[in-house]
Amino acid sequence: MYRENEIMDGIADEKARREADETGDLIINMGPQHPATHGVLHLVVTLNGETIKKVEPHLGYIHRSIEKMCESLTYRQFIYVTSRMDYLSAHINNHACALCVEKGLQLEIPERAQVIRVLMDELTRIASHELWWGAMAMDLGAFTPFFHAFRERETINDIMEETCGARLTMNYMVPGGVMADIHPNFQKRVKDFLILYKRKIKEYDELVTGNIIFQNRMKGVGYLSAEDAISYGCTGPTARGSGVSCDIRKLYPYEVYNKLSFDEILETEGDSFARYMVRLREMNESIKIIEQLIDNIPEGDFQAKTKAVLKLPKGEFYTRVETARGELGVYIVSEGGMTPYRIKFRSPGFSNLSALDHMARGSKLGDLVAMMGTLDLVIPDIDR
Amino acid sequence: MWSFHNIANFVNDWLSQTFNPTLVTIIEMVIVGVCVIGLFAVLGLVLVIMERKVSAWIQIRLGPNRVGPKGMFQSLADTLKLLVKEGMTPSGADKFLFNLAPYIAMMVAMLLMAPLAFAKNFQMWDMNIGVLYITAISSVSVISVLIAGWSSNNKYSLMGAMRAGAQIVSYELSAGLSILSVIVLTGSLNINKIVLSQADGWWIFKGHIPVIIAFVIFIIAVTAETNRAPFDLAEAESELTAGFHTEYSGMKFALFFLAEYVNVFIVCAIGATLFLGGWMPFHIGNWQGFNHVMDFIPSSIWFFGKTFFLIFLIMWFRWTFPRLRIDQLLNLEWKYLLPISMFNILLITAMAIGGWYF
Amino acid sequence: MSGEELKIKIIQLLPSATFEEGGEFLNINVEAKDWLAFAKQLRNEEALFFDYLFCLTCIDWNTHLTMVYHLTSTKFRHNIVVKIKLDRNNPEIESVSQIWRTADFHEREVYEMFGVNFLNHPDLRLLILPDGWEGKNPMRKDFEDPVNMIKL
Repeated sequence: MYRENEIMDGIADEKARREADETGDLIINMGPQHPATHGVLHLVVTLNGETIKKVEPHLGYIHRSIEKMCESLTYRQFIYVTSRMDYLSAHINNHACALCVEKGLQLEIPERAQVIRVLMDELTRIASHELWWGAMAMDLGAFTPFFHAFRERETINDIMEETCGARLTMNYMVPGGVMADIHPNFQKRVKDFLILYKRKIKEYDELVTGNIIFQNRMKGVGYLSAEDAISYGCTGPTARGSGVSCDIRKLYPYEVYNKLSFDEILETEGDSFARYMVRLREMNESIKIIEQLIDNIPEGDFQAKTKAVLKLPKGEFYTRVETARGELGVYIVSEGGMTPYRIKFRSPGFSNLSALDHMARGSKLGDLVAMMGTLDLVIPDIDR
Repeated sequence: MWSFHNIANFVNDWLSQTFNPTLVTIIEMVIVGVCVIGLFAVLGLVLVIMERKVSAWIQIRLGPNRVGPKGMFQSLADTLKLLVKEGMTPSGADKFLFNLAPYIAMMVAMLLMAPLAFAKNFQMWDMNIGVLYITAISSVSVISVLIAGWSSNNKYSLMGAMRAGAQIVSYELSAGLSILSVIVLTGSLNINKIVLSQADGWWIFKGHIPVIIAFVIFIIAVTAETNRAPFDLAEAESELTAGFHTEYSGMKFALFFLAEYVNVFIVCAIGATLFLGGWMPFHIGNWQGFNHVMDFIPSSIWFFGKTFFLIFLIMWFRWTFPRLRIDQLLNLEWKYLLPISMFNILLITAMAIGGWYF
Repeated sequence: MSGEELKIKIIQLLPSATFEEGGEFLNINVEAKDWLAFAKQLRNEEALFFDYLFCLTCIDWNTHLTMVYHLTSTKFRHNIVVKIKLDRNNPEIESVSQIWRTADFHEREVYEMFGVNFLNHPDLRLLILPDGWEGKNPMRKDFEDPVNMIKL
């Protein structure tokens, strides 16, 4: 039934070829090597002229079966594999796994570790949204924003490098806290970043948001109603652009999020522009959170005392966190051993992608690229 | 004073004294042919490095900086690389048409150079229908794009070609109408006469607001006609990978690439000639002293300065704006630009009849 | 609705359902044959309104397979977990992709990884794995691939 080889050759068989000839449809393969898919996503798009009739995602080009891999890794080890899922919010992935293990162990985390974790999460979120912003503008044919976004993102990466020792897959979270204490320069550099960011964020609006071509490309395109967003399991900014309240940080607060004041950004239009605005405004909320915490990092341990070998009690544990893309669920089934019996990552990109076909039907090919941009797809996150 | 005109005359005189008239014509044609090929290559290289430097400047990075002083020989090195690269033809392609298309693109770009006035009294062919010739030849370039897209046996290429066809055919209308507005004012299709008519001021200053509108429409239309962003739907690398030249590689791709840049140069040269006075220095009415000072700057510098200013403008567009969608592109032309330029040309005609311009 | 209220309500809807204590969510064990009707009730019942299927997965227990559905309501914010035991040799269950459309992709993933056959699924074919992997079910515990798998 899976016709990938035939699709690669052109149109599947004589019957399908005849069908396409009769209806005048054009079947094109977007990806796995395509500039707009940001990775190895393969979309089989059925077109009538420029109008999309069907979008069919074919996944698995970067499937590493992380879930199976985790079954043979200990509770300390498996966290680091998850950095490779959604590599743009690696911290938050690690955080979700660490939380799930801590839930199983019923560990109490020192407050300093909690604050550091939240700070790192929010910095990651900003970095991820910066990259999304640049990449999405590039999908629409504007190259310059990409470089402007990377200017700020590099600053965050430098901060990460100083404290965690890595720029992309940080592997900073451990069960019970964080791996090492923050670098002495950390607070100063984050404050410098805040000043820089506030100066530069206006450029984003000038360059892209206010542009009339950009608004015409985004408004009224890729509509997703609130009911559909829930039904398709969309989360994160994708669902919040449709007016669905789904911020895990607000609904099921973890760490110190319930002590912080920040808003959940909601837009009700449900089109590409709403999703764009949600992400853009969300960056400001992250800045607000960082501002509240950066001067109030409590003294104390950065890690709780844990045993050398972690063993979760028999049972099932589920945690969810808000990554830059939406709700990441970690579901661990434990049999009491050193390794998880079964682990399931409910990744946000996988569900968000499933709504793409629904959104794209009837719009133009150029809009498909814009929609994919606003869904903020990270392919390893979808394939896992 | 040193000028292109003197050099050309000197060569012509020397040849006339040495050879018989038939041979002189043949030799001059060969010289012009070599010059055009040389100019084609040099312009391509210069514009590519200019584009890369301008984009680097806009995008807060350095751009090419390894080959030669400040990376100025980068495009030369690229050309060398493209020359020795294997020119592949896909197995399913129509081989003859596939290989023909880049040469059509190149030939069109070369032919368009003939009537351009590069400096005072320096023109390859001072024909009396210069502007008509340019509009006629430039519409052939769409054929090369269509051939390239169709013969590649690639759906992306085909879609790019179809987009290019729809786009170029529609934007030629408003480009033609805005060119027509200057012709109405000068009453001549001859490039040289159009330039001379601007001796007391460029048309963009003399012609009030209608000519400024025509100029703006012209710039938009030629940006679309040369397939440059924000109208680069034929290539649209984030949608169609590379559009009509997806399957091209090596020198055949380079020809498309160079032809695109030379086309940009040519349309900007036309824009500069029609609206900004071509090689005519900046003159203001009867200010004899001021005009005289301006005349000291050589006419070729005026021409290239204006042309490169317009090229910079078009590059600036490319690195600032996102791309339009195909239906928005056609709406812009048929619903806005075309009616506006139609009305505009009526205004300009009334202006020309009444003599209401400086 | 709290856990106890949910329990009462669900017992009314499906008397054969059993509950499992422990864990943060209310766990409900359901028979495979009751699932589709029960799912429709969970989705459509005004007081329950489980409109958001946030996790769908399968666990291989060597003796049997267990389908796990995590459901929540965006209106009332209550969560339940539905578990359904399946025969390991011939796992079959009704698809819920008509009720929660997110199940479409998740069920396809479970189909290829565990070999669970979803009845009345609109488009049940391999999603992640390439051609030639039908029936191999790599996420099952007894799956062996000497070439590509590294034992730790």
